[in-house]
Amino acid sequence: MPVLTLVQAINDALRVAMRSDGRVVVLGEDVGKFGGVFRATAGLYEEFGPERVVDTPLSEGGIIGAAIGMAMYGLRPVAEIQFSDFIYPGFDQIVNELAKLRYRSAGQYAAPVVVRTPFGGGIKGGLYHSQSPEALFVHTPGLKVVAPSTPSDAKGMLLSALKGEDPIIFFEPKRIYRAARGEVPEGDFQVPLGKARTVREGRHLTVIAYGASVEEASQAADQAASEGIECELIDLRTLWPLDIDCVVESAKKTGRVVVVHEAPRTCGLGAEISALIQERCFVHLEAPVRRVTGWDTPFPYALEQEYLPGAARILRGVEETAWFVA
Amino acid sequence: MGLAQNGATREVAAGAPPGKGKEARGGPMLSGEDLLRLYLAMVLVRVLDQRMMTLQRQGRVGFYGACTGQEAACLGSAYALRENDWIFPSLREGGAMLLRGFPLLPYVCQVLGNSGDPTKGRQMPSHQSARSVRQVSWSSCIGTQLPQAVGAAWAARRQGDELVALAYLGDGATSSGDFHAAMNFAGVLRAPVVFLCQNNHWSISLPTSRQTASESIAIKAVAYGFPGAKVDGNDVEAVYAATAEAVARARAGGGPTLIEAETYRIGAHSSSDDPTRYRDPAEVEAWMAKDPIDRLRHRLEGLGLWEAGREAALQAELQAQVAAAIEQAEALPKVAPETLFDDVYAEEPWNLSEQRRELTRGLAARRRPSEPSKAV
Ligand SMILES: Cc1ncc(C[n+]2csc(CCOP(=O)(O)OP(=O)(O)O)c2C)c(N)n1
Ligand SMILES: [Mg+2]
Repeated sequence: MPVLTLVQAINDALRVAMRSDGRVVVLGEDVGKFGGVFRATAGLYEEFGPERVVDTPLSEGGIIGAAIGMAMYGLRPVAEIQFSDFIYPGFDQIVNELAKLRYRSAGQYAAPVVVRTPFGGGIKGGLYHSQSPEALFVHTPGLKVVAPSTPSDAKGMLLSALKGEDPIIFFEPKRIYRAARGEVPEGDFQVPLGKARTVREGRHLTVIAYGASVEEASQAADQAASEGIECELIDLRTLWPLDIDCVVESAKKTGRVVVVHEAPRTCGLGAEISALIQERCFVHLEAPVRRVTGWDTPFPYALEQEYLPGAARILRGVEETAWFVA
Repeated sequence: MGLAQNGATREVAAGAPPGKGKEARGGPMLSGEDLLRLYLAMVLVRVLDQRMMTLQRQGRVGFYGACTGQEAACLGSAYALRENDWIFPSLREGGAMLLRGFPLLPYVCQVLGNSGDPTKGRQMPSHQSARSVRQVSWSSCIGTQLPQAVGAAWAARRQGDELVALAYLGDGATSSGDFHAAMNFAGVLRAPVVFLCQNNHWSISLPTSRQTASESIAIKAVAYGFPGAKVDGNDVEAVYAATAEAVARARAGGGPTLIEAETYRIGAHSSSDDPTRYRDPAEVEAWMAKDPIDRLRHRLEGLGLWEAGREAALQAELQAQVAAAIEQAEALPKVAPETLFDDVYAEEPWNLSEQRRELTRGLAARRRPSEPSKAV
């Protein structure tokens, strides 16, 4: 199997999908000749031409709106939003249109658009090249939301997304676009949406993470292991609909849960996960569900390392949760 | 030759005689002294941009976006303002702050994002702003500043203040929904706002032809019911004349103007970009021959206000100023971690106070080395 970086795996998935399905088109800012600012669409313009790899004017509302129309008419558009920080001019089209089209037309119309967008911090991007807005979309009925953390998941989930009938917000952890490398199956292959991945098993405590936080959590788990705390690490992969069975099973097993994300804490995905766990696993819990997250501030430039929930902060949360006694 | 009424657009040719606007420094004709001042400011911005790009490549600065090639469009327009007028900038207009008296040291500190940065290291480099020189804070979000400028200009009018808002944008920004909203509001409200579009031919990798099928950007003003003008953006006098005229009209209650200053982005979009992937170096060279700084220098020489012999000394002087600012700036400490929680709200809610304590405790317990990471 070839070894690819995460961004190469995305590129590979797009190429595989475009080769096998003429309805798949890519649109966005700088996605054509340039191949995208992160090179996710590199080479596609050369292979598939300007009719299928469309450089759009600078308007996220236009990109999403046009993608909705294309999808209604039968195409399979993959819209790239250059940074998820810039998704907001397209927010109305996503939340009021894309997410609600099937429902409001009682199933007569649907728009299976895949919106790809890099998210997360740690690249010295400051307030507007670092945000993690996933909770806003999880909160929106009608959207599926995913965030892979490995190259093979990125490819397999993108190919699954393109076979599905629902609109999908596909968050790509840009900090590890190149740092994450791994074997990726060639050709068409799918990783099902809605299924989490147990990265490592452990009996003392469950850590739930996604995107670039998985690697940080993994480092924290290594460190915790040397202190005698055995963590079970779950990579959520699909943020919504999340793999409730996997989460509940692990929470019941360990009775102690730490949820990690870069997004601010308040009303972040961790809040929902924590509520789901207490509703379903109350009598199994040995400690409060702990959130290790970005702070409730905008994302700072100079202090980004202080903002990010890195391995050290996760470890601290793990220790406090592991040793918690009521 | 006032701007055509009823929204017709017209060209202001290079070196055109000034219009009859009655504003700013006695009218749109720049004196020799003005030209010299602009020249020094333009060269300073050029020197600063070059040094900052070098620091970026050396890993001493995280990111940088330069104004190179656009100095006349940026500074010539800002020069048409009065002290109390507001600027709503986009990515490349930090230099306007220096022109309006902002000191070099805090400017460099912003680029470094250290404790000397008046904006506390919050923003990426090239996101300069300072209330002292009426330069409004810019996000990174293309186009968002435009309706804000209309609102501020309209508010000033309502408060009886005679001031004008100058809103900068790129050619790419004309595609944004906020551009439409701003133009439409400005027209309807007849707000004292001037839109200055620096058409530098590129929006990252996309040429202006991928942004609009319109024959020009200036002509878009017609549909919004106010005048548009296209000027040679590398001719500082033409830029100044057009802006001064528009500013005078806005101040006199005559409503908004859209100015398209045609210029060129000589360098990369930013330090993260590699333009050789998408544009012909011959195009860049052709525009380098129209460099706005060279043009102004020749003009000054023609007027007998400058001699070639002074150039080396000026360069040395500005390089030394910039080097001194960098040295001082780099000696300053990093921003204090606790400041992370300042300014989120006017009054800090409990969750932030709690999180501030959590961070401080965590930092005391364990220090994680902050590794240098790649910029956007
Ligand atoms: C809403 C939004 N979408 C996308 C981006 C990413 N982006 C940053 S600059 C830029 C191009 C801007 O072009 P233009 O307006 O012509 O300004 P220039 O860079 O040429 O000065 C893009 C697409 C952004 N900053 N904001
Ligand atoms: Mg441009």
